[in-house]
Amino acid sequence: MLGRAANGVYWMARYLERAENTARLIDVGFHLALTGSSKDSQHDEWRSVLTTAGLIEDYEALYSDFSGPQVFNYILRDPENPGSVLKMLEYARTNARVVRTSITNAVWEATNEGWMTLKDMLARPVRETNLGEVLTAIRRTGTLVRGALEGTMLRNEVYNFARIGTFIERADNTARILDVKYYVLLPSNAWVGSNLDNQQWDTLLRSVAGNRAFSWLNAGSMDPREIARFLILDGQFPRSLVFCAEKIRSNLAGLAKEYGGETSAHELLRDKLSRLHQIDVEEIFDQGLHEFLQDFITRTNEVGAVIAADYRFTE
Amino acid sequence: MSTTNAPKFDEMLNEDGTVRSAYADFRNWYDAQDKSWLKRQDGEAERFFRRIGITFNVYGESDAEERLIPFDMIPRIITAKEWRKLTKGIEQRVRAINAFLQDLYHRQEIIRSGRLPISALRNNEAFLSQMIGFTPPGGVYTHIVGIDLVRTGPDEFMVLEDNARTPSGVSYMLENRETMMAMFPDLFTQIPVRPVSDYPRRLARSLRACAPAAYNAAGGKRPVVAVLTPGIYNSAYFEHAFLADQMGAELVEGSDLRIMNGRVAMRTTTGYKAIDVIYRRVDDDYLDPLTFNADSVLGVAGIMDVYRSGGVTIANAPGTGIADDKAIYSYMPEIVEFYTGEKPILNNVPTWRCSEEDSLAYVLDNLKDLVVKEVHGSGGYGMLIGPTSSKKELAAFEQKLRAKPENYIAQPTLSLSTVPIFTREGLAPRHVDLRPFVLVSPDGIDITPGGLTRVALKKGSLVVNSSQGGGTKDSWVLED
Repeated sequence: MLGRAANGVYWMARYLERAENTARLIDVGFHLALTGSSKDSQHDEWRSVLTTAGLIEDYEALYSDFSGPQVFNYILRDPENPGSVLKMLEYARTNARVVRTSITNAVWEATNEGWMTLKDMLARPVRETNLGEVLTAIRRTGTLVRGALEGTMLRNEVYNFARIGTFIERADNTARILDVKYYVLLPSNAWVGSNLDNQQWDTLLRSVAGNRAFSWLNAGSMDPREIARFLILDGQFPRSLVFCAEKIRSNLAGLAKEYGGETSAHELLRDKLSRLHQIDVEEIFDQGLHEFLQDFITRTNEVGAVIAADYRFTE
Repeated sequence: MSTTNAPKFDEMLNEDGTVRSAYADFRNWYDAQDKSWLKRQDGEAERFFRRIGITFNVYGESDAEERLIPFDMIPRIITAKEWRKLTKGIEQRVRAINAFLQDLYHRQEIIRSGRLPISALRNNEAFLSQMIGFTPPGGVYTHIVGIDLVRTGPDEFMVLEDNARTPSGVSYMLENRETMMAMFPDLFTQIPVRPVSDYPRRLARSLRACAPAAYNAAGGKRPVVAVLTPGIYNSAYFEHAFLADQMGAELVEGSDLRIMNGRVAMRTTTGYKAIDVIYRRVDDDYLDPLTFNADSVLGVAGIMDVYRSGGVTIANAPGTGIADDKAIYSYMPEIVEFYTGEKPILNNVPTWRCSEEDSLAYVLDNLKDLVVKEVHGSGGYGMLIGPTSSKKELAAFEQKLRAKPENYIAQPTLSLSTVPIFTREGLAPRHVDLRPFVLVSPDGIDITPGGLTRVALKKGSLVVNSSQGGGTKDSWVLED
């Protein structure tokens, strides 16, 4: 497989994952704005969405208004925003075009159709009345491409690189979402049972599509440590950090098997991410949740960079 | 000689309005269909093409919009008998082209014999001195040829142009058929049409049969084939990806390649791996910045040295452009006869070489009825279409012609055949051409039954180019 093609499937998967996670962030922001009391608290929520998406500085350089439609249009489709969801889908699709010979028709068509649909939908400003429809279409694109990968691709190097892209992006996104809101989980702020905190915790879980799963596992009760444990260390939850790390590991193992040997990426992964399996949530809080997450994000990015170098993504 | 005033030949209808035998079965089917359903299917076709991503990029458009070549769903139908004659003519012509290239880059017997003037080669950029004295692996110069044919009567196909460099359009031949089979499966159960779908397999086999000396010395399991594309912004990228995919070949760009140990190697995830045969979709000029255009980033520095020392096969061979040059075209009847010892089965369009005094006089006298083309140009620049030009344009062109007559050839405006297209008002005749695709290997010449039919969608228009609003059709060759 060409190094350039490995780079292409890896980034195709990363951009699709990022688009989907961004859509979920907007969904949560919108949900909060609907239930929010004052205008100020609504604006705070939208500001927090921009922070989580890593767009706050760019946004503030252009706008001072934090109303919902202004913010979600910026994130979704503003030509001034080089990291808009529309751009992400365009990059995903461009990468898919580059690697057309490596992916199946089903994967290509799902990616291409998703891009065509969203390009049409995002040709005009999005209103609150059709935001839900747009967000659903973005999530559906991610789901369809994943389904096509799962159902039609050979389990070979191409598949492994796509999956590594998906889980590096997802690990990074979950960690960032958690990091922006980490303070709501800290003991000093945890007024068990207060309505405000319950809502904050619910928001956090929703942002990673984990609210239902968490309630189910915990019979409806909320507890900040349990939430942190769930999002970081639960091996069953497909967006937890440990789940993503495990998937990166197993796909790298697939590459080692196929290529008949490991690279420095395998060693680095063992070195950097294996501690997730040994650590418990108490230690994480002792170390400092924020520090732990920052460290995790750095390590994940390092692993991504070493994979790109070891497998000759670029010259 | 036919002119615009000659009676038009319609491939479906006789002059009395009855249906010709080629179209009889199709026309029965068509007449039985619900026309509003056909209109809906017509709209479906475009969505189908967009979804699978058959688009082409138009050079020079600011937003690099991807466009579709319009598809017309009425097939162009050729009978088994007509096709048999065509294939004989095409095979003869392609054989002659390869013999001609071999001769031009070696002993140049045709020039010694006085059948081709040396002036046809002199200062001709398509003739590559780097190829002199070198024989490509398997002795094949043009692995893939597209012969552009026009039809002017029941029994008259003429060659309008030979495409011996990197002919494109074969993906449309294949996808148009796929689309037709998806939209109208019952048509194909009722009418026996010869399949085209194994073209990529035949292409792969044909390319592998031309492996270089280095492959044969190393004795690998099977030659490694790669398609070299300029990249996703090239207008034919879809086709490059499509063919690589269908052949199971790697799709590479110049940046993936480097020269290592006398081989061309591609950067894979596990290191550099040698390529045996490169099906390049990059022009000669861009192939090797060390040898040709120094600014090129599309090719591979040093590939020509590797090629000449037997490390890689390049398909088509560099320098084949001399065989489809417009200045050479007018000599094709002589060329065919010189190398095959036979009369050409397919005629050329009559051509006046303006370098010759008598011809120039005729051309100047009849400018308003002729098409005048520049010999080293391609793609319709510097071209005059007499019947549609104003007096002023004619006068301006006359000046150019008198100044440098040797730069021009002239041809009559032909009465191209028409075939029906689907319109909201029903079937309507439009002008077409046909490009069959020909594969050449040491094992022989292989012509896929069918080809690319380009159609001028505007009423009365003779311009079938996709860049100027032309469309394509599925092209059927009927079984015997």
